[in-house]
Formats: sequence, C-alpha cells, structure tokens
Amino acid sequence: MSNMDLAIYARRKRVNLIGMVLSMSAMAVGLGFLFWILSVLLLKGFSAIHLSMFLESTPAPGSDGGGLANAIVGSLMIVASCALISTPIGVLAGVYMSEYGDRSRLASITRFVNDIMLSAPSIVIGLFVYAMVVVPSKHFSGWAGTVALTLIAIPVVVRTTENMLKLVPVSLREAAFALGAPKWKVSTSVVLKAARSGVMTGLLLALARVSGETAPLLFTALNNQFFNMDMAKPMANLPVVIFQFAMSPYENWVKLAWGGALLITLTVLALNIIARVVFREKVAA
Amino acid sequence: MNSKPESKETILEVRDLNFYYGAFQGLKHINLNIQKNTVTAFIGPSGCGKSTLLRTLNRMYDLYPGQRAEGEILFDGQNILDPKQDLNLLRSRIGMVFQKPTPFPMSIYDNIAFGVRLYEKLSRSDMDERVEWALQKAAIWDEVKNKLNQSGLSLSGGQQQRLCIARGIAVKPSILLLDEPTSALDPISTGKVEELVHTLKSEYTVVIVTHNMQQAARVSDYTAYMYLGELMEFGETDQIFMKPARQETEDYITGRFG
Amino acid sequence: MNNADELMTSHRQSVLRWQRWQDFFFEKTTLVFALSTLVALTGIIVSLFVSSMPVLQTFGLTFFYTIEWDIINSQFGGLIAIFGTVVTATIAIVIALPLSFGIAVFLTETCPMKLRRPLGTAIELLAAVPSIIYGMFGLFVFAPLFAEYVQPALASTLGQIPVVGILFTGAFNGIGILAAGLILAMMILPFIASVMRDVFEIVPPILKESAYGLGCTTWEVVTKIVLPYTKTGVVGGVMLGLGRALGETMAVTFVIGNAHKLSPSLFSPGNSIASTLANEFGEAEPGLHYASLFALALALFVITLVVLSLAKWMLSRAEAKKGLKT
Repeated sequence: MSNMDLAIYARRKRVNLIGMVLSMSAMAVGLGFLFWILSVLLLKGFSAIHLSMFLESTPAPGSDGGGLANAIVGSLMIVASCALISTPIGVLAGVYMSEYGDRSRLASITRFVNDIMLSAPSIVIGLFVYAMVVVPSKHFSGWAGTVALTLIAIPVVVRTTENMLKLVPVSLREAAFALGAPKWKVSTSVVLKAARSGVMTGLLLALARVSGETAPLLFTALNNQFFNMDMAKPMANLPVVIFQFAMSPYENWVKLAWGGALLITLTVLALNIIARVVFREKVAA
Repeated sequence: MNSKPESKETILEVRDLNFYYGAFQGLKHINLNIQKNTVTAFIGPSGCGKSTLLRTLNRMYDLYPGQRAEGEILFDGQNILDPKQDLNLLRSRIGMVFQKPTPFPMSIYDNIAFGVRLYEKLSRSDMDERVEWALQKAAIWDEVKNKLNQSGLSLSGGQQQRLCIARGIAVKPSILLLDEPTSALDPISTGKVEELVHTLKSEYTVVIVTHNMQQAARVSDYTAYMYLGELMEFGETDQIFMKPARQETEDYITGRFG
Repeated sequence: MNNADELMTSHRQSVLRWQRWQDFFFEKTTLVFALSTLVALTGIIVSLFVSSMPVLQTFGLTFFYTIEWDIINSQFGGLIAIFGTVVTATIAIVIALPLSFGIAVFLTETCPMKLRRPLGTAIELLAAVPSIIYGMFGLFVFAPLFAEYVQPALASTLGQIPVVGILFTGAFNGIGILAAGLILAMMILPFIASVMRDVFEIVPPILKESAYGLGCTTWEVVTKIVLPYTKTGVVGGVMLGLGRALGETMAVTFVIGNAHKLSPSLFSPGNSIASTLANEFGEAEPGLHYASLFALALALFVITLVVLSLAKWMLSRAEAKKGLKT
C-alpha cells in the first residue's frame, strides 16, 4: 500500500473509532438513566413502604401518617374493569382485522387510525371522556376513568392481536375449513387458540401501559380522599394521588408519593417482564 | 396391490374444468371421472396443476379471491361449482389432508371430535367410540390411546399426519382428498400411511396427489398424468405405468424429465 | 358404508342454517368492535370542536397566535401554550435523536451477541416506565442538580455568545422550558431507540456483508448502507417520538414551571398545552376559560394527528420496502 492509502485508511479507522465510542457512550448514557431513575425510585420509595401504606387511606392535608390503601384499591378496580371491557372488544376487533378485513379498504383505514390512537395524547382523551361522561352524569366517577383507560388500551390490544393472528400459518386455517367448519369457528376455536399466548402478551402490555397513565384519570375518576369502592363516585387512584402529593408542601405526602411511584413502577415492570416470558416460552415450545 | 378393479360407479365427474389464478390459466379443459371406492392418483411434474385440480374438488380455492373455476364438477348429481352450493356442507362430505401435518392446538381427543361436533350431536360415549374408531382406522390408536388428553402437537411428524387423517375420516366423508400426504414424512411413516390408504379404499373414495411416481404405482387403482395444466392421460394404474398410450406420459414415467 | 344419504338429513340442514346465522352475527359483531377506534377518533374531534366553539366564535382563529392568558378578564390566546409544547418537544428530539441513533447502532452492530437481548430489553423496559415517574424524578432530583451545576455552566459558556446567549439568561431555578425539554428527552429516548433498532434490523444481512466484504468499517456500513436503506423508517420513528413528546403531560408538568409568559430564554418557566390542561382544567369555570382549554386541546390533537399520520405513512413505506427488497 502506498503512503496515500495508509493515510486515508488511518483516517477512516479513526472516524470509525470515534463513531463506535460515541455509540457506546450513548448506550451507557441510556443505561445510566435507567439505573439512575430506578435507584432514586428505590431509595426514596422504599422508606415509604410499610404495612400502613397498604392499610390506611390517604391522609388529610397537614395530618400525619396515612397510607395509600384507597388509591391502591381504586387503581386496581379501575384497571381491572378496563381490562374486562377492553379485552373482548380489542381481541374481537383484532380477529376482524386479521380474518375478515384483510383486503378491505375500511380495514386499512381502521388500522391506520388505530395506530395513531396508540400514540395520541392521553390528556386529550381524558378531556373527551370528561365531556362525554362526566358532564352528562354531573359527577366524576370510577367508571369515567375506566372509559378513558379503555380508549387507550383498545388500540394496543387490537394491534397485537392482529399481528399475532397473522402469524398463524394458513394451512391451519385450511385444515379447519376442509372439515366444513364455519368461518367463525375457524377464527375462534382454531386460529385464536393457536395464537393465544401472543394475544395474552398483548393484553398484559396494554395493562402495563394503562396502569401508569395519569392524565386520563385527572378529570374523569378525579380523586377521593376516603376509601371508596363505589365506581359511580370519584375514585382515588395511585397516579392522581402521586401527582397531587408530589407537588405539595407536606413531607408525609411527598414520601407517600414516592412510595406510590415505586409501587406503580414495580407493577408495570413486572407486567412487562411476565409478558415477555410468557411469549418466549410459547415460541420455544 | 393393484387388483383389477371391477366396474364401479362414478362418484365424481369433472367436466370441461378450467381454472384461473387471476389472468393465468392453471387448468385447461379437464375431463375425468373418479370411481367410487377406488384410489386415484394425480401425478406430474411441479406446476402441472395436480394440487390445483385437487383443491377444486372441495372448493378450497374459494378462500382466495382472484382464483376461480369454470366448468362443472358433478358430485352425487349436483354441480359443486354452483355458487349456491353450501361450501361447509360440501367440505364435510369431501375431506382433505394436507402436505404439512396440521394438528389443531387442542388435545388429541378434541382434534378428532372437532369435525364431528360440527354436524353431529353425539353423547359422550358415542363420541368416545367415534374417536377410537377413527384413530384405529388411521392405525394410530395403540400409540395414543393412553394420551388422548395430551396436545396434538406433542406427537411426532408421522403421528401428527396420521392424526390429521383420522380427523378427516372421523366425519365419515364420501371422498378423502390427500395432497402429498407423505412428502414431509420419513420412510417408515410413509409406509404406514400408504398401508392406510389401501385399507381406506373399501369404505371411502381416495384421491391422492403425489410427486412420487413409485408411490402412485403402489397405492392407486387409477392414475391421471398432468402436464402444464392439461390432463395428458388417465386410466388404470397398471396400464399407465406399463403401457402408456401417449409419448408424453412415457417420457415422464421413464424419468426423461422431472 | 357410504354416508351420503345420512348427510342431508334435516338435522344437517338446520345445522347449516344455524351456522350461516352464526357466521353473519360473528362477522358483524367483530366489525362493529373494529370500527370502535374510528368512532372514537371522530368523536374526539367533534367533541373538542363543539366544546371550543365559544372561543372560536369570540376570538376566531387569532386565538391560536395570540399571546395572552388572562383568566380574570377572560382574554385568552393559545400561543404561549403552543410555543411551550413545540419548543419542549423540539429540545427533546434534538437531544434524543443522536443518543437514540447511537444506541440503535450499538445494539445492531457493535454489541456482543450475548448482550444484545438483555440490553435491548433494558431499553424497552425504560420505555415502559410511566411518565409520572420521569416527572417526579425531574422535579426532585434533576431540577436541583440542573440549577446548581448545569445552568450556571450553560450561562457562562453558551450564554456569552451574542444572539444565541439570550437563550440562556435568567434565574437558575432548575425548572423551565429547557429542564422540561431535557426530561422529555429522557422519556422519549428509549422509545425512539427501539423503533430505530427495529428499523435497522430490517436491513438484509447480505447487504451489510457485501459492504464489510469490501473492507468498509462499521461506521461506514452504518452511514452509507444502513441509513440510506432505512431513512424513511428512521424519519418515521423520529416523528413517532415527536408525536409522543408533543402530547406528553406528566413528564413536563412537574418541571415546566406553569407560567403564562413567553420569554426568549430557555431558563424561564413556561407552559405547554398539556401542562396548562393538567393544571387548570380542574378549576375552570364554564365559559371562555373552559372553552379556551378545549381549544388548546383541539390544537394539540390536530398537531399530533398530523405528525403521527406522517410518521405512520413513512413507517409503512419502510415496511413495504422490506417486502420488495428481501
């Protein structure tokens, strides 16, 4: 190689090295954030976690102690009812998109809109539900919160269900048709069943997503200082409580906010990890 | 293996069948009769249309827009290509087994019961009998009788294919269509399936597509040789293989081309 | 043993009739459910529009570029909030984009195979952390550090440059537009990184191998082969991140400062549409204040709709390419 080549080659190698180092640092920065946030969360939230957090309801402004019991129960109820509603709607919608809507124009438009709703600003959805549910019924309620979360969860479920169903091989469908099975039975008893772990994963991921959402609950379920299991009334929930408490001047409130934040994060991460494990197991089988 | 078949009645009459994939014509003016209680084989090189022809017999192509058939196929006197023909009913009378084993994601028992439950209401004990009968006929009963509740996917490839055949038989169709049923199987399983085809013939009519000429010679009573969408020759298997009437048939049989 | 005769019994006939009805019912039901998102979208646009009517009637379209937010005298203009939304999102993208790119490159080219899955999963888990956590982190941990170390540093360096310097003037509060933009960057970083990595993985290995075979360095393969091949997908992914950043509430509300002021300095507190809504909607009286908030929501929804549609369109073009080129 002539000297000319060596010089260019050295420069190229240098550029490459810089690029690789930069990309590795970017990764380090990203991981650093992850660890920083999680460790802050663990440190600050851990001290708030003891039995009373699960047993006592939120304290009044200025008073001592207290817990998050009403918020935890409220969140569980709202998320659970959201799951109950969005699962059948989302899964069946996904079945339609995969089994019936393959070629129709309506289906491609729906798919497009669905993907947009996936990333739509959740506070706007909260405002919409406020106008549609809270205003006519003249009060905030757990149900309004459920409706808002359902509007966020359904697009997630529809998308993952459709993708998972499309992975089922055509030959399985043909085999069922060849026995004279009607289309609805092929779609449910055979295809949906074959894709069930993937669909489950989608459901878990949707749940994880809505568990952490604050904005849609702000003006729908609102909040409730007391323990309440009546979904028709305003309901305490973890995200809104955290929002309220974190920005407040009371020390015990702030501490509880960190405890709640840790709870939510652990739940969301757990759901995500379970979803991944479930799916990987099925794929390996 | 190929005793001279006595004169049988015709169960399926294909009259002037043309088939199109969009603008491409996959089958050209097919005319042939399938005899009851016989095994008919469709042979020919890749792309000759043998699978296409098979799939018109139970209108499986109907699942895909852009594929259409013209002509007539008479089954029990009725033209099954008629748009008014109920497809689910047709497919319960003309069953199909595919190249790749396709067990449903359910137990072995439920796999067999699935098709039966569609059209018949059987008590638990009657269903048990039917499942056992089908699995016996498919020569797989002994291997699975103690694990009927296990998933169909837990069986080996050869067993899965026999399961699919059992599933097809369980609904008691008049005709069973087999689309290259052994091409994905090892030689031992292949042998078992071929034996099975031979025993099925006394109660069912079998049409089998195969790219393996020796298999056709072993199992079938009648053979149809197809080439580029046309039916080149059709007749008794012995005659096709020993004294083919057309040069093209002879060229294929003797391996002058693949 | 031929069962042809048994088969056309009246039992079978009724089974067939029942089946046909079941099929019809099932298809229509699933269709209705599938249309639910379409209906929701239309419903949202219509309802936002209707609720913001009073403002549109009073101020007309000038609402969207007026700098005003006087609750007491019912004078409202959306520009402060729109400005805050756009600027924080822009800052977030400007910072997150190169970092995401670096992460995506690392995960697809440099990272040792064994680490690829765990590290990729770590990034995806980061994307799953709820935004309120980022907000709290921003307020309690980031803001004090920002005020004590970063802001003075920026003021004394970039703040000294004429013209550009005006961006970095003002008190060191730790909160404000820049702080909000940075927290937002942290939030969308893992998301964009994941999308970019997925897009990079679409590149056929053969293409990359031919480049390596010619003696290209990794950096050259990435910039000359991977990026051009995936550029539609990359832009789509970035726009998807932008769409998310524009609509984000919690990560921003904690640190943006909630001030209805428009200032050229990035250190000053401000407001985004989402933070305005979060802070004020609870107490808004029906009337112009209420309608203005809805008008802001409508503006945000329309902006995100446009951005996300573009993103989706670009990503589907990238997907189609995968079908063509593999």
